[in-house]
Amino acid sequence: MTVALSGKEIASQIEEKFPGSVEESGRDSLVVKSDSLLPVAAFLRDTETLKFDYLSYVTAVDYFSYFEVVYQLTSLEHNHSIVIKTRCYGRENPVVPSVIGIWQGADFQEREIYDLMGIKFEGHPNMKRIFLWEGFAGHPLRKDYLS
Amino acid sequence: MTIPDLVISKLPMQVTPADWPGGYWWHWLFFTVVLIIFVLCMVMGAIYIERRGMGRMQSRLGPNRTGPFGLLQPVADALKVLLKENIVPDAADKLVHWLAPIVAFVPVLLILTVIPFQNGALLADLNIGILFIVAVSSIATVGMFMAGWGSSNKYSLLGAMRNVAAVVSYEIPLVLAVVGVVLCAGSLSMNCIVLSQDIPYILLQPLGFLLFFMAACAEINRSPFDLTEADSEIVAGFHTEYSGMKFAMFYLVEYAEAIAFSAIITTLFLSGWRGPLLPPWLWFLIKTLIVFFAMVWTRTTLPRVRIDQLMALAWKFLFPLALINLFITAIQVLVWPDALPWTMVIINIVLMVVLVLLWSKFFKLGWGRVEV
Amino acid sequence: MTTTEMMTLKTEPFVLNFGPVHPSTHGVYRMRATLDGEVVLDIEPVFGYLHRGIEKLAEERTFSGFVPLTDRLDYISSMSNNLGYCLSVEKLAGIEVPERAEYIRVIMAELQRLVNHAIAVGTFLNDCGAYMTPVVYMLREREKILDLFDMVCGQRLTYNYMRIGGVSQDIPDEFLPALRRLVNQMFFFIEEMERLLKQNEILLARTKGVGILSRETAINCSISGPVARGSGVKWDLRRADPYSIYDRFDFDIPTAEVGDCYDRYRIRIEEMRQSLHIIEQAMKQIPSGPVRADVPHLIRPPVGEAYAHIEAPKGELGFYLVSDNSIAPYRCHVRPTSLINLTALREMVRGWKVADLIVIFGSIDICLGEVDR
Repeated sequence: MTVALSGKEIASQIEEKFPGSVEESGRDSLVVKSDSLLPVAAFLRDTETLKFDYLSYVTAVDYFSYFEVVYQLTSLEHNHSIVIKTRCYGRENPVVPSVIGIWQGADFQEREIYDLMGIKFEGHPNMKRIFLWEGFAGHPLRKDYLS
Repeated sequence: MTIPDLVISKLPMQVTPADWPGGYWWHWLFFTVVLIIFVLCMVMGAIYIERRGMGRMQSRLGPNRTGPFGLLQPVADALKVLLKENIVPDAADKLVHWLAPIVAFVPVLLILTVIPFQNGALLADLNIGILFIVAVSSIATVGMFMAGWGSSNKYSLLGAMRNVAAVVSYEIPLVLAVVGVVLCAGSLSMNCIVLSQDIPYILLQPLGFLLFFMAACAEINRSPFDLTEADSEIVAGFHTEYSGMKFAMFYLVEYAEAIAFSAIITTLFLSGWRGPLLPPWLWFLIKTLIVFFAMVWTRTTLPRVRIDQLMALAWKFLFPLALINLFITAIQVLVWPDALPWTMVIINIVLMVVLVLLWSKFFKLGWGRVEV
Repeated sequence: MTTTEMMTLKTEPFVLNFGPVHPSTHGVYRMRATLDGEVVLDIEPVFGYLHRGIEKLAEERTFSGFVPLTDRLDYISSMSNNLGYCLSVEKLAGIEVPERAEYIRVIMAELQRLVNHAIAVGTFLNDCGAYMTPVVYMLREREKILDLFDMVCGQRLTYNYMRIGGVSQDIPDEFLPALRRLVNQMFFFIEEMERLLKQNEILLARTKGVGILSRETAINCSISGPVARGSGVKWDLRRADPYSIYDRFDFDIPTAEVGDCYDRYRIRIEEMRQSLHIIEQAMKQIPSGPVRADVPHLIRPPVGEAYAHIEAPKGELGFYLVSDNSIAPYRCHVRPTSLINLTALREMVRGWKVADLIVIFGSIDICLGEVDR
C-alpha cells in the first residue's frame, strides 16, 4: 500500500534544511514557496529516507486569486508518496521554476500547463504551446476564459 | 531474298522454328498477342489468388461479392484504378514521372518472351535465354528509381533508394544460383534447360532453388523483403505520388514480375512444361501458380526485415552459400558426369541441409549492421 | 582535392514528416524526424490533433455526467478510464462500493486489459511488417470479448458501464458461463500466438536490442505500465498500491531486464495470461448482492481534493479531482499515461533507422485520445 506521507512531517524536515520555504502544511499536502521549489525538490529526490524519484504528475488549478501548481511525488523504493504544491499570485504573467532538470517526466506536462493555463515554467528548454496552435489567443483552462 | 529474310539470315540465333506456318512475322504476332493476354489474365488471376489466399490464411473470407466467388474482384480493381484522376505533383519532374511506369513495365514483358510455354512455343528461342533474363530484369529497378526521384517526395526517395540497394545486392546470389542450373543443363537456352530436366532440378539443386527463391522474392519486392513499399513505414514507397493509370501500371508490374519470376522458377527448377497426362501448357500454368502461391504464403506469414538486415542477408548468407553451391555443382559435373542422377539428388539434399544449418549457426540475422 | 576529400560525400540531414495521417502512427500523431539517410538523428513530436478540451468540459458537467466523456479518453480501453474516474470520485466523497460491484469491476477491467493488449500486440506486429495477419488473429479474439461486453452493457467500444458507487446494471445470467468458455479458449489462443511468434527469427532481429530504455531514464521520465516494467522497474499499481479488491487475488507481475521492444512485447503477452488468472479467481469468488451504492445522481462531494490512480493497460492512469461542494468538479485533471510515456521516445530512437522508429513507437503503445484529451 503506498503510504501517503503526512504533510506536516515532511514540512518539518524541509523547514530544517531550508528555513522559510514552507508556506502551509496540512494532512495531505504542503505548500512551498516558488523560489525555493528547486532546492526543495532536489532535497526530496536525493535524501535517502525520502528518495522521491518518481514524479507521478504535475498539474495546475486556477483559484481566482492565485494559481496552484500541484506535484505528486512517489518513492518506488520506500513506496510512499507526497503532494507538494506551489502558488503563483497574479494573473498577468505567472512564473514558476521548472523541475525538468530534476524529473524529466515533467517535460510535456509543463508545456501543457503553459498552453492551457498560461503559467510559464522558467528553465524549460522548449516552452511552447503543445496542444493548441501557435498564435492562439488566451489560455482556455482558466476560469475567466470567455465566460 | 526479301529484306526480312536478309536480316534473319544474319542473326546468330535460331529464333523461329522452321516448321512454323507463315514464317517469322506471323509467329511474332501470334506470340506477342498471346503474351500480352497471358500477362493481363495471369495478373488478374494472381491478384485473385493473393487476396483470397491471404484472406483464408488470416481466418477471414477475402473478396467474395464481386462475381461468383469474387472472381471479378481484379476486374473491379482495375476499373476503379483506371477511372481515377491522374494527379501529378507540382514540383515533380514531369518527364521522369511520366516515363517511370513505362520503364518499369517493359522489362517484364521482355522477360516473358524467352519462357517456354510448350516445347518450342516461345516468342524467341534465344540460345542465351537465361542470360537475357538476368540482364533485362534489372531495368525495372531503373523505372522504380525514376519514380522515386521524379515524385519529389522524401518518402518516395527513401523507398527508391532501398529498392536499388536491395536489387543490386540480390542480383549476385540470383545469378550464381542460375549458373548452377546451367552447369547441370549444359545450355543457356530456356527450352534446352527444360528438355534436359529428366529429374526436376529442384531435386538436383535444392540449395540453388532456395537461393533463387529468396533472391527472387527480394528482386520483386515481395514480403519479407517488401521494404521498398513498406506500408507501415513510408506510406507506399516509390509509388506514393502515383494515381490512376500510372498507379495501375505499377500495380501491374508488381504482380507481373511475380508471375514472371514464378514462371522462371518453374522453367529452371520444376521442369517447365513437362508432365504426364495433361497438355504441356496446362502443366506450365499449374506449376507457375503453385510457385506464386508459395510467395503469397511467405507474404502472409513473415514480418518484414530492415534494410541493413536485408543487405546482411544477401552478402553474408546468400552469397557465400551461392558460391559453395556453384563449387559443389561444378565438381559434381566435372568429376562424376556419368553418375546416377538419384545418388546426386540424395547427396545434394543432404549437403543443402547441412550447409543451411551450419551457416545459420554462424550468421544470425540480428548481427552485422551493415551501414548503407 | 585530395583522394580522401573526394571519397567522402557531403551529406546533409533532412526533415521527414511522419504526418498526422500515416498508416502506422496509431491515431493522429505527428512527428518531424530529422534523418541522415536512414538514420534518425532527432524527432520532434507535434500533438494536439485530437484535443477536445475534456478537462474544461468536466467543469461544466456533473460528476456523474462526466463518466461518458472518460470513455473517450483512451477509447481502446474505456472500462479502465471509467474505473479510474469512479474511484477518484468515490475517494473524494467517501462512498463505499458493494462487494458484487467490486468483483464485476475487476472482471471488466481485466477483460479490458486483454482487449487492449490484443490490439497493442497485433498492431505492433503489423508495424514490424507482418502484413495484417497478427492484427486479424488478435481482432478475432477481441471480437469474442466485445461480444461479452455487448451482452453486459450493449456497447462495443465506449461502454459507459461504471457508475459512481458501482456499475450501472447487473450482469445477465448467461454472462458467467460465456466468460468461462472464453477464458478456456483464450489460454489456448495465447499459446498459439506464442508458438507462432516467440522464436520467429525475423521478429527477433527486428525487436531484440532495439529501442532500449534504461531503468534510470524510465523512472526519471515517469514512465509507467508495460514500458517501465520492461526496463526493470518492478512497479505495478495493483501490487504496490492496491485499489478496489486487487489485494484478494493472486497473480504475478511480469518484468524484464533489458528494456527493448521484444521485452515489452513479451510482457504484454504475459500480462494477458495473468489477467486470465485474475478473471478465473474473480469468477469463483463473486458474491451476490446489490451492484450499486445508493448515491444521488447530482452528487455533491465535500470541499477537498483527491487523486486515485489505477493500473490501466497502458500504464498509470489517474484522475485528480478538486471539488468545491457543487454539482460539477472545480478541476478535473487526467494523468495522461500515453503522453508521459512519450517523454522517453526521443532518447529511445536516436541512432536507430526509420524502420526501427516505427517499431519502437509501436512498442510504447499509445492512444491519441489520452495524449491529447
